[in-house]
Amino acid sequence: MSIQIADAPPGIQGQGFFATSLDKAVGLARANSLWPLPFATSCCGIEFMATMASNYDMARFGSERLSFSPRQADLLMVMGTIAKKMGPVVRQVYLQMAEPRWVIAVGACASSGGIFDTYSVLQGIDKVIPVDVYVPGCPPRPEQIIDGITKIQELVKNEPLRRRNSQEYQALMASYGIK
Amino acid sequence: MGSLSNQEIINHIQETFPNLVVSSQESFGMMTIEVQADQVKNLFQFLYENSELQFQFLTDLCGIHFPDQSGKELGVVYHLHSLVNNYRIRIKAFIPKANPQIDSVSDIFKSANWQERETFDFYGIEFLGHPNLKRILNVDEMDYFPLRKEYPLEDQHRTDKNDSYFGR
Amino acid sequence: MENNLNTTFEEQSKAYTTLNLGPTHPATHGIFQNILTMDGEIIIDSEQTVGYIHRAFEKIAEHRPFYQVTPLTDRLNYCSSPINNMGWHMTMEKLLGVSVPKRVDYMRVIVMELARISDHLVCNSVIGVDTGALTGFTYVFQWREKIYDIYEEICGARLTTNIGRIGGMERDFSKEVIAKIEDFLSGFPKVFDEFCSLLERNRIFMDRTIGTGPITAEKALNYGFTGPNLRATGVDYDVRVMNPYSSYGDFDFTIPIGINGDTYDRFMVRQEEIRESLKIIRQALNNLPEGKYFAEVPSFYLPPKEEVYHNMEALIWHFKIVMGEADVPVGEIYHSVEGGNGELGYYLVSDGGRAAYRLHFRRPCFIYYQAFPEMVKGSTLSDAIVAMSSMNVIAGELDA
Repeated sequence: MSIQIADAPPGIQGQGFFATSLDKAVGLARANSLWPLPFATSCCGIEFMATMASNYDMARFGSERLSFSPRQADLLMVMGTIAKKMGPVVRQVYLQMAEPRWVIAVGACASSGGIFDTYSVLQGIDKVIPVDVYVPGCPPRPEQIIDGITKIQELVKNEPLRRRNSQEYQALMASYGIK
Repeated sequence: MGSLSNQEIINHIQETFPNLVVSSQESFGMMTIEVQADQVKNLFQFLYENSELQFQFLTDLCGIHFPDQSGKELGVVYHLHSLVNNYRIRIKAFIPKANPQIDSVSDIFKSANWQERETFDFYGIEFLGHPNLKRILNVDEMDYFPLRKEYPLEDQHRTDKNDSYFGR
Repeated sequence: MENNLNTTFEEQSKAYTTLNLGPTHPATHGIFQNILTMDGEIIIDSEQTVGYIHRAFEKIAEHRPFYQVTPLTDRLNYCSSPINNMGWHMTMEKLLGVSVPKRVDYMRVIVMELARISDHLVCNSVIGVDTGALTGFTYVFQWREKIYDIYEEICGARLTTNIGRIGGMERDFSKEVIAKIEDFLSGFPKVFDEFCSLLERNRIFMDRTIGTGPITAEKALNYGFTGPNLRATGVDYDVRVMNPYSSYGDFDFTIPIGINGDTYDRFMVRQEEIRESLKIIRQALNNLPEGKYFAEVPSFYLPPKEEVYHNMEALIWHFKIVMGEADVPVGEIYHSVEGGNGELGYYLVSDGGRAAYRLHFRRPCFIYYQAFPEMVKGSTLSDAIVAMSSMNVIAGELDA
């Protein structure tokens, strides 16, 4: 049985020290200790409960501490259908999160409205908040949800420190009406 | 644990309320009667209190819309269940769309409270005497009654969907 | 800070606070809002707002062919979706006048009882979580994964199953399915006894749950309660016994009932129902009759692929089914099954077209949740949380 060791970020190594750039070190720390906010509304929420349970344990990836308070969360996981009545609530929860924050849309309903092309369902949460990763499925298997989390981890690891202050990011926020 | 037959029920009702029943039939095993809308509450009171019938469980309350029946477009369909006799009955009452009002039965059956709100939300049927008749499932600002047949299923204000891909 | 000396002590202490519980809250399992008016820690009144996940199922059903309604029914009570699927198929079979072979009935019973176990496991372990007992949850979910394995072997999906077809099942139970069910039946009772020993006679759990959120039988009947919530008040109304469907009359099982209608009774009724469901599955598996796994419903049941390639009639039926051109009788029908939460009813009005004219779901959660203010009036907030989770309100069924 071979043991795989994850690659270290590029840096200079010597006897008893390892020097790398700050954003890589910070990214590594952030990626492996994301605190998710489970915004579970419907069936995908039950698959999330299965993901958090012991069989597909998501705590292995650092998401041990679920935070139901947006002020203390890094990752907003929107799982399930978001109706138009719920849209302002999602937006308010997103606004209450502190930077840096990421959003993952789990399930077909959160990504695009899913099978519910009706007058009462918001056709994708990216109509109200910016989304980083979309996980399709109805509901997605726990392995797929974990795959989405690892993609978020890749995003977090490689994020430059000044991204949240950059022009493109400010323009993205402005397009959603978020200051 | 008595047993009732369909004919007994009809006789019972017609004795007490001579002009109430508009039509009756047996539909897939369940007795269905259509009654005048203004007498619905009295009928329910009678069915609840009568010691032989004892229809004391309201299983279901929903609305229905038949745009072609002029003067009787909107309807309310009640399903009652007599647990003692193990007998179910369906009662329908139709009201005109121009004046969709019917008495609320929420003081006889508390389970009718939210179901009448749902019927109001979907069809615009006003229940007189309801303690809190406002929308329950849709957003409060909605200005139309979505389950009526003239309104479409999809949201008509979408800009990101190309209808030609969907065969419309 | 102004010190108002002119108010009496009673006036100062009668200032009620309004507490907003929801729509997103860790303890409300689903999104619905409760606005509580509280006097300190005691709840005076509560007002609910639901509809945060209203997906307009009834309107969608008017625009979809009949077999496309099954995925919608999945998403009603998604913790026990096979029961919803079977109820819809039985409604359609009643409308079409189809009687299914005995084997189909027994297969459906096995699947429905597994779904009932799955639903009750979620509810009971979550009652434990709400009182602080997290171990039961993680322990029991491991075995729920085994139920998901069984579903996957039967139909391919874990949660929103779309099991069965109008007229029967889509394929027979293979040897793997039978082996997995046997495996579950032999391993689960011991695990369940451990879960029971954690909570059933646990002093802290009993103190938290006995006497919280009570409701009397008369009030419950008037509010339209069905299912475990009603049986906990002492009324033994179970649709499987009162209006038997799918050969439930062949099985020997009891209906557990409670006494006070409080949280502890609801918890215990669900525990006993899990045990009864295990008995039913055992009996069904032992007596599974031989025969076909589908009835002859050519207008809704896809013919086998070999026949489609060689038989003209089968090809035409295949085309008609996929295009949704099926002849259905005109009429209205009401059929109900015993779902995880109570009587799940389907009221279908058909005008002979390819879609239903009107389909209404009689959703037990929607009907009994309106009694919540009455159940928690005068209790503390922590009691209200436990009472709410013992009612097993599933948001998908609440809003549809």
